[in-house]
Amino acid sequence: MAKVTLKKKKKVSKKEEKKSAEVKEESAEVVYDDDEEDEGSNEEEESEEEEEDEDERRRMKLLEAISSLGGQRKRRTLGERSEAAVHVTEFGVTAEGEGDKVQLKDLIGTVEKTPTVPSKTKRQLRTLQGGDKTIECPLSKQEHERIQRGVAFQKAASEVDQWKSIIQQNQRAEQLVFPLNREPSGPKPMERVVSGWKARTPLEEEIFAVLNANKQPILDPVLTPAEEASISAMSLEEAKIRRAELQKVRALQSYYEAKARRERKIKSKKYHRVQNKAKRKEFVKRFDDMVKTDPSGALEELEKMERARMQERMSLKHQNSGKWARSKAVMAKYDEGARRAMQQQLEVNKELTQKLVTAPNDEDEEEEEEQGGDAELLPDFVNDAERGADSSNPWMRGKLSEEKEAEEESERVDLTAEEEVKETEEEEVKETEEEGLLKEFERRRKQRQEQEVKMIPVEEEEEEEKESERVDLTAEDEEKEGEEEEEEGEEAGGEEEELSEFKNLYREITESERAEEKEEDPSPLLEESLARIRSLEDTEELLAQEEAAVAPPPPQTPAAEENSAPAVKKVEKPKKRKRGIELRDVLTKDTRAVHVPLTQTVEDGEEEEDEEADQRGLIKEAFAGDDVVSDFLRDKRNQEDAGKPKVVDLTLPGWGEWGGSGLAPSKKKRRRFRIKTAPPPPRKDQRLPSVIISEQRNSAIAPHQVSMLPFPFQTQAQFEGTIRTPLGRTWNTERTVKKVVMPKVVTTLGAIIEPMAKEELIKEKQQQQTTMTMAASQSAVEKQKKSEKKNSKTAKKKRR
Amino acid sequence: MKVKVLSRNPDDYVRETKLDIQRVPRNYDPALHPFEVSREYTRALNATKLDRVFAKPFLASLDGHRDGVNCMAKHTKSLSTLLSGACDGEVKVWDLTKHECVRTLQAHEGFVRGIVVRYCGTSFFTVGDDKTIKQWKMEAPGYGEEEEPLNTVLGKTVFTGLDHHQNQAVFATCGQQVDIWDEQRSSPIRSFTWGVDSFSSVRFNPVETELLASCASDRSIVLYDMRESAPLKKVIMKMRSNTVCWNPMEAYYFTCSNEDYNLYTYDMRYLDRPLTVHMDHVSAVLDVDYSPTGREFVSASFDKTIRIFPKNAGHSREVYHTKRMQHVICTKWSADNKYILSGSDEMNIRLWKANASEKLGVLGPREREARNYNQKLREKFQHHPQIKRIARHRHLPKNIFHQSKELRIMKEARRRKESNVRKHSKPGAVPVVSEKEKHVLTVVK
Repeated sequence: MAKVTLKKKKKVSKKEEKKSAEVKEESAEVVYDDDEEDEGSNEEEESEEEEEDEDERRRMKLLEAISSLGGQRKRRTLGERSEAAVHVTEFGVTAEGEGDKVQLKDLIGTVEKTPTVPSKTKRQLRTLQGGDKTIECPLSKQEHERIQRGVAFQKAASEVDQWKSIIQQNQRAEQLVFPLNREPSGPKPMERVVSGWKARTPLEEEIFAVLNANKQPILDPVLTPAEEASISAMSLEEAKIRRAELQKVRALQSYYEAKARRERKIKSKKYHRVQNKAKRKEFVKRFDDMVKTDPSGALEELEKMERARMQERMSLKHQNSGKWARSKAVMAKYDEGARRAMQQQLEVNKELTQKLVTAPNDEDEEEEEEQGGDAELLPDFVNDAERGADSSNPWMRGKLSEEKEAEEESERVDLTAEEEVKETEEEEVKETEEEGLLKEFERRRKQRQEQEVKMIPVEEEEEEEKESERVDLTAEDEEKEGEEEEEEGEEAGGEEEELSEFKNLYREITESERAEEKEEDPSPLLEESLARIRSLEDTEELLAQEEAAVAPPPPQTPAAEENSAPAVKKVEKPKKRKRGIELRDVLTKDTRAVHVPLTQTVEDGEEEEDEEADQRGLIKEAFAGDDVVSDFLRDKRNQEDAGKPKVVDLTLPGWGEWGGSGLAPSKKKRRRFRIKTAPPPPRKDQRLPSVIISEQRNSAIAPHQVSMLPFPFQTQAQFEGTIRTPLGRTWNTERTVKKVVMPKVVTTLGAIIEPMAKEELIKEKQQQQTTMTMAASQSAVEKQKKSEKKNSKTAKKKRR
Repeated sequence: MKVKVLSRNPDDYVRETKLDIQRVPRNYDPALHPFEVSREYTRALNATKLDRVFAKPFLASLDGHRDGVNCMAKHTKSLSTLLSGACDGEVKVWDLTKHECVRTLQAHEGFVRGIVVRYCGTSFFTVGDDKTIKQWKMEAPGYGEEEEPLNTVLGKTVFTGLDHHQNQAVFATCGQQVDIWDEQRSSPIRSFTWGVDSFSSVRFNPVETELLASCASDRSIVLYDMRESAPLKKVIMKMRSNTVCWNPMEAYYFTCSNEDYNLYTYDMRYLDRPLTVHMDHVSAVLDVDYSPTGREFVSASFDKTIRIFPKNAGHSREVYHTKRMQHVICTKWSADNKYILSGSDEMNIRLWKANASEKLGVLGPREREARNYNQKLREKFQHHPQIKRIARHRHLPKNIFHQSKELRIMKEARRRKESNVRKHSKPGAVPVVSEKEKHVLTVVK
């Protein structure tokens, strides 16, 4: 409390001091008013007003006295006082006592109350009162310039940024040809070439004056400016319209194509039949209409039909003589559908070739009879393939004539044999190329059945195959394990082929049963010799093995010996056999293996003095001494052995036990100190029988090899890939070489390369736009296609 | 007995006309052409060797100036014309095909500081130490006529550089400030200053033709837009740039030659660090000029060599020097991308091939194909050490060689010291500054 009182006292004393100071100031000069007066002092002022008034009066008197004394000093006039205020300044208005500043509110307070002022202005004034923010002072010059620069830079940068796409495109381009905007080669219009030329003689001038007056082109291919202008004006819009039209047409075409494709793909015959029927109906209806409305058109239509009929009669169409028909004829026996198709064809034929009643002719009649007969016959033929006597099918005819007696029998047998061969045949039917073979196959089968030679069923055949494989394995065992594995792999892959190739093999074996072994077939001998050359190099060990392989003989050999006598019969065969052999080549191993036991006969073959065999013999003789393959194998084995880890024995005699002469380190110790190193990674040539790959670092090559992956490549494989692909024309076609070798930058000799022009930017933009529109239209088309697909799918479902 | 006879049908191998290509039957069976990699490697090696054998870039020396060549200008419309200005104020016009001077004129008193040909090729401008800009006709004056400039403008200060707009009658000079002039007026239509007292070079952007760049003596490169009243931006580097050159195919790239032996390629949009630092010179780089294809540039240096850099490679692909060539002041790349011209202190202008081993003149189709194939082979096997070794080998004068070695050692020492400091100070206290960032002080907006 004491402190507070103290403070109060101090305040009071301060006030007193201030007062005295004020008094002094005021006594010095009246005119200037102090703005710094505290609000707190106002209250006291009021109480002391009277005192001040007195002072004022006194002071005025004093001043008057002084002025009267000097007379010189001019006194400033005070503004007229019109309102109640404590102080009056030289400006005439003071807000002293009421607040600091004069507010707008104070000035227009009366306006609110006066009814004559419209409400609109009042509202405006009210809003004016709200915004009493001060305007900030302007920026410094440096600041201002910096902002200006920033804006300008942004503008320039964005302008320059437009080039980005072009620059990137050029950086990525495979080839750049400079100068960029080359003028099209070829002759230029004369006018442009001689632009600098001027008419000099009076005659020339006259002519030019005339020409210029009419604005005629000087040379004929050049258009007048007016024409050019019109063309250029027209072209844009027209081009746009045309493009739109073209796009539409293209889209429509694609829809139509898609639809047609879809419809064509529908497999349902019923659907197509219905479709055809509908079409026919439509046509009939139209025709009827035409008869009524447009008789001439109907006549034309009739004529057309007539012409079609005539053409049909002339041609062999619908007579079941085409390729398709023949293939169907084969199928007809087993396939209901094929039969029906043929029937239909014939019906069409009949319909189209029906004789006109109007002009009966003898020849026509004959023809008709003939063809009618054919037509009647054919369905029968279709019903049973054996009897079909199609005149247009020579094959059928031939067959019938050959095997007339055997017909029925064979058919019977067929039925029994059918089941066995069915699967294979079904496959064959698909392969139109092998038709002929199939025929032959069938025929032979029948023959065989007639002769009542024992038939080898499929199972037995397969057994044979296996056997042959076994033989093969034994033969190759000594050779290389790796190869064997490979070939086995091949076999596994080839199993799919087996089915299609099966029939070849089958036929061949049936042949071989009867004929092959009677007389030595030249082509297998060839193969054999080839195989032998290989085996020759495989040294005599192999021969012994082969003999062993012969000992468990496949069924062929005894059969061959038995059938050696009746050899004459099959002399006419070699052609077909050759074909068979060619096909058999496809079968990789087993076929070869089948012939392994025949190696003994090689000598006989040579005795035949065959030219090629002689050659082989010569070669064999020449290289009799060098055993290349075994050398190679030995080399390889040595290399492999060298690479194998060696057992290191680190036992030291005497350590941990007694040592000396006659004392060997103990077994236990030796086991302990014998170190086996880990096996090295598998050799690269492990699976490659005829290759030795050395994995040692070759100091001769090392300096030529790249030690680190160079920059642009990500992986080692990538880099190796680029190195491995050759560029030269030894390995690539001319076109590829040109493409690969193309330089990155091409410049024209003696042409000035101008800097990139602004036109490029415009061009680029236009291109982008066009691509955008193209993409948009494409996507639209795709969408429509998709929707169509959906529709078709739903339609299919419904149909189901 | 079978008789085998050779039978050949001429239809298979005889051409119908002489213009047909010879039919060469080929069998592309890879089994017949084994060892493709090793064979191509050998070919590549041979191609590389031949490339080095045929690398004879120096074509001609044009002598006639009586003082050092200070500036050169390519003719905009004629490949065979070259203009050069010397330190004694003489300007010469050269015919490059004949290797001879066709015209000489005393253009200025003192140095000819800049020379440029108008875009139409009918006249050219020169600036000199006598504070004048002069416009001259390209054609030589007729017999009896006096050699007089078309136009002379007397400036207030010395001009140090000059460049012409790509397709307008506007040119720019630099001296104490950068001025943009209209050809028709005697006072600049615009002048830019930004608190610097002198500029050494100014160049118009050939693509975005309203933009300019200039090098100032306060180690800065300043960008301008002709249409604006104020400059755009500037970057201040550690040392002064001598000249600047825009890429003629890529609007926003420019390269500056610096006093610190390096060249810097900038993207004008991002000035805070150069795109590439091109090192190899062993003395201040005085001039730089882009090839018209915009893929390479040539630089002239005080170390008496000129070097060719791919635009985005840190090191040069080629260095040219001769015994007699002194400090190279200026260099130009010809407009057909085939030749390089260098003007040097010892009063000569030298003509070089841009591609050292290239055959001059028209190539036959087979020649061209072989060249392309060899080039591709070299490219394919360029990373193989033997080929790389041969392809990269260049002969250098002894002093340059030793100096570059010295520089390398210095650089390595600096690097080592820095890494040591880093090792022995608080982690993060010595930040790793990349080479690109090292040379830029600030970017002033």
